[in-house]
Amino acid sequence: MNEKTNHTKAFVKDLPKNIFSGFVVSLIALPLGLGLAIASDAPPISGIIAAVVGGTVVSILGGSNVTITGPGNGLVIVLLSAITTLGGGNLYQGYLFTLAAIVVSGVLMLLLGFLKMGRLADFFPASAIEGMLAAIGWGIFAKQFHIMIGNNDEKGSIIQLLGNIPRGLFSLFQEASITELVAALIGIISLLIMIFYSKIRNQYFQLIPAPMWILILTIGFSYVFMWLNEPYPMEASYLISIPDNVLSNLAFPDFSIIGHKSFILTVFAITLIASIESLLSIKAVDKLDPQSRRSNVNRDLKALGLATSLSGLVGGLNVVTVIARSSVNVNNKASNRSANFFHAAFLVLFILLFQEQLRKIPLAALAAILVYTGYKLATPRTFRKIAKIGKEQIVIFLTTLVTTLFTNLITGISVGILATLLIHMVINKSALLFLGNLFKPNVLLYQESDGGNYYLSVKYFCSFLNFYKVKNKLDAVQENENIIIDFSMCSFVDHTVMEGLENYMDTFKKKGGCIEIIGLDKHDADSKHPFAIRKILPLNPLKPIGEFFTRRQSHLEEVAKEYHWSYLANKNTKTSLLDDFIFFDSRNINYFYNKLVDKSRSFAVLDVEFTEGEFIAREVVKTTIMRIQLHKEIPVFTLDKEGLLERIYKLAGFKDIDIANHHNFNRHFYLSGEKPDQIRKLFADDLILFLESNPYYHIESNGEALLILKKERLLSVQEIKAMIYFGQQLQRLLS
Amino acid sequence: MEQKGRPFKTILFGFAFSPSLEINILETSRIAHFFNAKLMLLHVGEKSNKKATKINTILNKREHKSQDMELLWKNGDPFDIILETCENTGVDLLILGAQQHENIYQFYVGSIARKLTRKVYCSVLLLIKPSSIRVPCQHVVVNGLEDEDTPLAIANAFYVASAFGAKQITIVEEIRQKELHVTVEDDRSLKKATLLREKLKNREGSRIRKILKSIPKNLSEDIKVNSQPIFGKRGYSIGHFAEVVRADLLVMNAPKKTGLLDRIFPHDIEYILSDLPTDLLIIRNQN
Repeated sequence: MNEKTNHTKAFVKDLPKNIFSGFVVSLIALPLGLGLAIASDAPPISGIIAAVVGGTVVSILGGSNVTITGPGNGLVIVLLSAITTLGGGNLYQGYLFTLAAIVVSGVLMLLLGFLKMGRLADFFPASAIEGMLAAIGWGIFAKQFHIMIGNNDEKGSIIQLLGNIPRGLFSLFQEASITELVAALIGIISLLIMIFYSKIRNQYFQLIPAPMWILILTIGFSYVFMWLNEPYPMEASYLISIPDNVLSNLAFPDFSIIGHKSFILTVFAITLIASIESLLSIKAVDKLDPQSRRSNVNRDLKALGLATSLSGLVGGLNVVTVIARSSVNVNNKASNRSANFFHAAFLVLFILLFQEQLRKIPLAALAAILVYTGYKLATPRTFRKIAKIGKEQIVIFLTTLVTTLFTNLITGISVGILATLLIHMVINKSALLFLGNLFKPNVLLYQESDGGNYYLSVKYFCSFLNFYKVKNKLDAVQENENIIIDFSMCSFVDHTVMEGLENYMDTFKKKGGCIEIIGLDKHDADSKHPFAIRKILPLNPLKPIGEFFTRRQSHLEEVAKEYHWSYLANKNTKTSLLDDFIFFDSRNINYFYNKLVDKSRSFAVLDVEFTEGEFIAREVVKTTIMRIQLHKEIPVFTLDKEGLLERIYKLAGFKDIDIANHHNFNRHFYLSGEKPDQIRKLFADDLILFLESNPYYHIESNGEALLILKKERLLSVQEIKAMIYFGQQLQRLLS
Repeated sequence: MEQKGRPFKTILFGFAFSPSLEINILETSRIAHFFNAKLMLLHVGEKSNKKATKINTILNKREHKSQDMELLWKNGDPFDIILETCENTGVDLLILGAQQHENIYQFYVGSIARKLTRKVYCSVLLLIKPSSIRVPCQHVVVNGLEDEDTPLAIANAFYVASAFGAKQITIVEEIRQKELHVTVEDDRSLKKATLLREKLKNREGSRIRKILKSIPKNLSEDIKVNSQPIFGKRGYSIGHFAEVVRADLLVMNAPKKTGLLDRIFPHDIEYILSDLPTDLLIIRNQN
């Protein structure tokens, strides 16, 4: 009860913030809603309907917190082709058919939500999605550019439209009418406003978002003519049309071609793109949320589906979660879903109060806003960013982009997925790795019995195909825990996974937890980008380590800097300094790498690879150890605590040495060595107290140096820091 | 659950002439010695003098030559003959050599060893890394899933561990996502799932402790017992776990049903058989 009243109190307290945020968002949603609808060749009001219905339904039923819903960029291309093809040339009839498709796709999305398919977006390779988004961007850009320069009648495919841009510009100066010239002027000035808006650092100017400035200025422009009693130099066909009475002029869907193949394909395309766009946006907005709450994607999907159906029934476009408007929402300190509701409410107000003014908005001005939006989806920076990750990523990206431009979105994304899969097979020189292990459960998660770290091990391969399995496991761990992800049994990790894990790392870091990846240092990479593909090829196992650092390696480098130690990533086969330790007696050290060493050379932390059980089944083990050089001689001993390592190591033939008056210590630790008396003398009260009150390590001395190790696996950077601290304390006690 | 003094009194090893024959026989003989059991070596195929001499040279290399041993030669289909012998002679444990990784073809068609594992009525030990000299078995991993056969499997694991002189047993409880009845979708369901998981962990832990109480003291004395809850696919993730901790032996319950459908949609033990992490002992309740 109390909790509930608190909740209400907080809600009321946050209400002004959310109302304000909803207002600011509606300032962008109004021009974008009109623009996106026009870009889809649908009546302008349909975009506003989608935003209003979406804002209302999703804010009440949704499962996310600070998202804004409404018509989305991604759908423009799909809807445009649906409206033009389904109607067979008759745009209005096509629009009615498309409305029916929207209603059906809303039902499908609702179903996806009930089937808990919020995972759907996980099955698409990151670069293919980038390629698809870029294609959408180009599609919007190509069509709107012509409208922006006053040419409303340019038709054709995306490629044709792009190709016609120079001719369009040329004819603007050659044969344009006054109206066209004015439209072009408005368009180009609007575009300049969009481009330079962020460069102007004036807090009053920045209060109103750029698209709204464009609307205000263009509407103001028309009033200037009115005051001067001059005719407005724009015909009705260059201005947006809004029905006199919105409510009585609603369009209703026409279901008469529901069984046709083209209709079904349209439904499929709309559902797919709408779901992907929404799911990606929800995830992205969750990252922006200052309270880092986790959205319930399935519930959101259901709400979006219902909203889409309702919107379609009254003549509106699809409702999706939109990233740009949501981030504006977050920036204006919205704290819950009510902001989405208020954004819808303000839109209704605008439409009812400013109908007359809205009719004065030139199409060219809206087109300019869209040209900028389209360009933003496919800037040269996008290309550079992807090229940096790796050659194969740019191939996937371009394949998807080009296929989408020449065919359609569904074909484009399918080809992108196929290309990714093929490239993975070629890189690994094996199709069997993927086909043979695809359905095998390859993820193991458990909480280590000491320390309570979670340990997640992945086998075979980890790519966009089976990343959802890792995600399922990670999702079930609270974000304030520590997780160590071990890829050492996994021969291939792709870009989608690396990028996805990075997102998880951010979320965990924000909430006080930590994710570290180990076992990738030996994997090969083609670029130094943190998201680059990592693979192990059985053919060339002797490649040098450290050509391109993994995240763990760069963190180790930072640790070295912090401590003023030095860091050497390279393999080193001179392992003699470890030879006389009992632990390595029966083991063959292949090499060590990732060496951290202090200036005086008394402390060294190394990753060691050794083989166990020579002759039989050679098991390769990698582990992180610390070696401490002592300044005086001490007896040879090993100290172990039960359960610390998988196997218990004792000096053969020597008994457990009991220390007088320390029963607890005797019970939990195994101490053995050749010279019990000297060892007893060494283990004074303060040393025993230190050992008992600190985390346990396997410790052994070879007479002049100590070997410390925690686990028979590589340690995470955090664990290494803890080990260094422990080692330094121990050395102080022993010297 | 009843723990007999010696669960494995008769051991059958079916073999063919392969490069690994010698180490397989040496390993089997050693195991029979540890279990204080009668060893039956069964060769399916024509008996020839050459083969007989070869076998005898190998047998002479054994460490424990005085053990109770019988050599059988039979003709016929290996699968049928071994199955038949197991039933007729009251064998308690069938030992088979197996390959570590099964390829797709073998997985669906089934190598003889794996086919036998599914069909035979006694316990089965699959050896993937036999050795001619003794390699001490250090760490035994046994499943602790909620099943009527689990107490027997755990009891046998202790028997084997103490016979082999292993120092450590880890009992693995596989906690399935399904059992949580909560799908993690947002912060609230995550909290709920975490609480439920803690509860499940405790429940499983107390179940295991109950089983452990019934283990005879003389078997569990020198062995360190861990219990480890893991999250993953049932029956499979335990293999993954055994690989991670580098166990020397994995002990599991026998699967309940194994039809073709189970192999097309693999579950439980099928996964482990397709990718053996280590030597595998499958305990089948013969009562």
